[in-house]
Amino acid sequence: MASIDTTVSHDNHGDHAQPYGIMRWLTTTNHKDIGTMYLVFALLMLLVGGLMALLIRAELFEPGLQVLDPARFNQMTTLHALVMIFGAVMPGFVGFANWQVPLMIGAPDMALPRLNNFSFWILPFAFTLLLGSLLTADGGPASGWTLYAPLSVQGGMGVDMTIFAIHMMGVSSILGAINIIVTIFNLRAPGMTLMKMPLFVWTWLITAFLLIAVMPVLAGAVTMLLTDRHFGTAFFDPGGGGDPVMFQHIFWFFGHPEVYIMILPAFGIISQIIPTFARKPLFGYDSMVFATAAIAFLSFAVWAHHMFTVGMPLAGELYFMYATMLIAVPTGVKIFNWVATMWRGAMTFETPMLFAVSVVFLFTIGGLSGLMLAIVPADFQYHDTYFVVAHFHYVLFSGAVMAMMGGAYYWLPKWTGHRYNETLGKWHFWLTAVFFNITFFPQHFLGLAGMPRRIPDYALQFTEFNMVSTIGAFGLGIAQLLFVYIVVRCIIGGERADARVWEGAEGLEWTLPSPPPAHTFTTPPKIA
Amino acid sequence: MSRTASALTPALAAALVLASAPARAAWDLNLPPPVTPLAAQILDLHNLILWICVVIFIGVFGVMFYSTYAHRKSRGYRAAQFSHNTRLEILWSVIPAVILVVMAVPSTVTLIEMEDTTRSDLSVKITGYQWFWEYEYMDSGYSFYSRLSTPREQIENRAAKGEHYLLEVDNELVLPVGKKVRFVLTANDVIHAWWVPKLGIKKDAIPGYVSEMWAVIEKEGVYRGQCAELCGKDHGFMPIVVRAVSAAEFEAWLGERAASAAGAAETVTETVTIHPGAAVSDVDSTVTVGG
Amino acid sequence: MSARANKALTAKLAVVVVAMFGFGYLLVPLYDLFCEITGVGGRTGTVTESTAALAKADVSRDVTVEFTAATAPGLPWEFHPLQRKVTVHPGAVTEVFYLARSKSRRATAGQAVPSVAPFDASRHFKKIECFCFTSQQLAPFEERRMAVRFVVDRELPPAVHTVTLSYMFYNVDAAAAADSTATAAATGEKT
Repeated sequence: MASIDTTVSHDNHGDHAQPYGIMRWLTTTNHKDIGTMYLVFALLMLLVGGLMALLIRAELFEPGLQVLDPARFNQMTTLHALVMIFGAVMPGFVGFANWQVPLMIGAPDMALPRLNNFSFWILPFAFTLLLGSLLTADGGPASGWTLYAPLSVQGGMGVDMTIFAIHMMGVSSILGAINIIVTIFNLRAPGMTLMKMPLFVWTWLITAFLLIAVMPVLAGAVTMLLTDRHFGTAFFDPGGGGDPVMFQHIFWFFGHPEVYIMILPAFGIISQIIPTFARKPLFGYDSMVFATAAIAFLSFAVWAHHMFTVGMPLAGELYFMYATMLIAVPTGVKIFNWVATMWRGAMTFETPMLFAVSVVFLFTIGGLSGLMLAIVPADFQYHDTYFVVAHFHYVLFSGAVMAMMGGAYYWLPKWTGHRYNETLGKWHFWLTAVFFNITFFPQHFLGLAGMPRRIPDYALQFTEFNMVSTIGAFGLGIAQLLFVYIVVRCIIGGERADARVWEGAEGLEWTLPSPPPAHTFTTPPKIA
Repeated sequence: MSRTASALTPALAAALVLASAPARAAWDLNLPPPVTPLAAQILDLHNLILWICVVIFIGVFGVMFYSTYAHRKSRGYRAAQFSHNTRLEILWSVIPAVILVVMAVPSTVTLIEMEDTTRSDLSVKITGYQWFWEYEYMDSGYSFYSRLSTPREQIENRAAKGEHYLLEVDNELVLPVGKKVRFVLTANDVIHAWWVPKLGIKKDAIPGYVSEMWAVIEKEGVYRGQCAELCGKDHGFMPIVVRAVSAAEFEAWLGERAASAAGAAETVTETVTIHPGAAVSDVDSTVTVGG
Repeated sequence: MSARANKALTAKLAVVVVAMFGFGYLLVPLYDLFCEITGVGGRTGTVTESTAALAKADVSRDVTVEFTAATAPGLPWEFHPLQRKVTVHPGAVTEVFYLARSKSRRATAGQAVPSVAPFDASRHFKKIECFCFTSQQLAPFEERRMAVRFVVDRELPPAVHTVTLSYMFYNVDAAAAADSTATAAATGEKT
């Protein structure tokens, strides 16, 4: 069956006089091509950001300054975060959305294909500008990715380049989000009601709304920063009637929903993978949708929990503590639902499933340390220490990034038509999972023992765990080269994948041949 | 499983290398021993929340790992097809909510106490600069700067590192034990944060604004901390050292230091006096007005 | 679905985006309001002499008001309070003085920004007259006593016994400050 379908698809391909080579990629409006470009870009940025992380870890291997001077160190921590958040995680998820949303809802393409091309091609320019800031006389931004005023007012031209880069990334994300919302609302196949949509589509729909709600606020915040720096306004300058703390309020009004922007699509991917390999429908679909929406709503009401040490009236502190703790309820519902999906399934543990199970496990560690951080009196001790660094890497690496890796293994055979090397895939998983924990688990202890974050050098009692962490980081970094190798091998060739790919796979994308032809669902599929 | 083992090998090797490292090893796993009642409460709270989290974690993942073991296709397990259980779903929304309330109660109690800066015995003003601290005893007006005293050679690896590498200063903040000290924080340039883990207090020092926190130190000793808010290039090089002494010793120390500082201020020409607190000689003693 | 439907929805979402960008700026006045209500940032209140005179002092309570001062980098002044603390009764009008001394050979101008701790006290700390209402100019090496008349209102929460008033002087361009009405108007709002 599959081979016949493939031939048909090749014929289909021939019908269009498509440009070849670089022009194909520059001018493409095909959601699959654009999805591929997003994913390749995200992987490239993961490697760039990872390289920065290794420089940071190399400096922190032992006390004393060895690799980076303090100014460069601050630039590395700042750019590592910006590159990973805006370059790797967000474009990565947009890549998944581009490939999967039309295939999962039976749409022929994204609703706004030309806009789609434009929103991708902004990114390479944005990141050239961002990384180019390293070459300026004063170096890149060094105020941390949060760009807190007044520190960020002090920097040189690198900060301005960063602000413009953030504007461009913001435009790209907003356009991407609009495209996704319009596609989901207008292009669903007849019969694909909202409550029949795969959970990945649901999580992305909610994420897209978060994006259009908060990316403009970030744009506003950095614009104020820019005018404070150069045009004589005093939004954040107390001498001119402004307030530096206001920057933090505006920033975290964006920043907290941003955290969920980076994790909700990961929840979506996990919710596709686990039922497939448990050969059992997702437990509690409705409550999953409601939990996702609840998390998104609550994310607008908890921003100040990032700034307890700034000082707030008692009532404010109590409110933000309770509201933050409340998020544990819908998040817990999700975890329980995944475990219940696995319960009494008939599980197999191919690479995607290994990643999915480890995401549930490791993300929960990050979730629970997040709950600890919500407890205000304890937060005074944890805040701005390595405990926080460990917390958000458990959420963002073993949550978002490992979910994307699982998703890549899950859908690669569909996208390329080839099976990846399962043995190498499993190797990649175990190396990643083990080295990730060696890197980040000791950072909990460092934070509790009193090591602040964002310092290039440290007191002697922090040496041992820092050495462990650095060794883990290099292992983790090298393991990702294996990932690149596996992906490239899979694109080039390998065992042919059939349409369904996985025994337990359910959903519209698996009714298409692997790889799907350039144009799919030009006539809408019938939904049972 | 053999794969796991082989992946772990380099990690184990690394651990062995580290275990044989010099005996200064400090594998601290938890918050440092507290020396103030607040820090002790925070430690208790931290331990309580941590163990609740550990129990929840073990419970949930005990179930999950049992499932990954027992419900495998390779063991011939056939998948059930249930996808809803309303009672169960309500239950696992309600139980976490109850646990959260259990956590919230002691947190609220501790927080209310932390915010209570009233009835203090003395006030110390802390000002953050890029990249050092200034302390002012507000009752006497005596103030001084406190800077990193670790030599450059140690940081640049040209000399062996001392015991308190990066956690030593030229002028320590001296405080009396058993007194409620109220700290008033502000900054001169960018945002800093004053943090001494054993005292259990951390607060941002924000330019143009004053905020406050308090501590009662119960044990004499030297307590070290660092700036905890990224404040530029030398953020990692502005440590905090607090020396807690008996109340009598404190009074004697402060009296002597304030007197010699006042003497110095009179002899120094005004143009080289760089901070306002140094000109203590023309500050009136406490006056009572109003009524 | 038709292209028209796509366009219509895109247009609606674009409106949301523009609105949210505006909302980012709207957060500025909203934050000011928030600070005024909660006392965040230690912002003080103002009151007129006549209103203040109407209130009777609550002689049963004593409140200690501590004074502190700082100058921002770039302003070559010495600036400090002329009394470290005073004990006042809520409702009673009190006058205190700060001393500023220029160390520059040129005319300089500064703008003082007040802040009060704790938060609970800040909105009950009301200034009747203050050098921070307008920018202050000092001739080369000039020394000037600057007055603050304030009242701690009787609504001050009973738990508060000590209030700290801090001023930080910021450098403002001396030439621009000569035409100080604009600056005064801008900062007068926030004091």
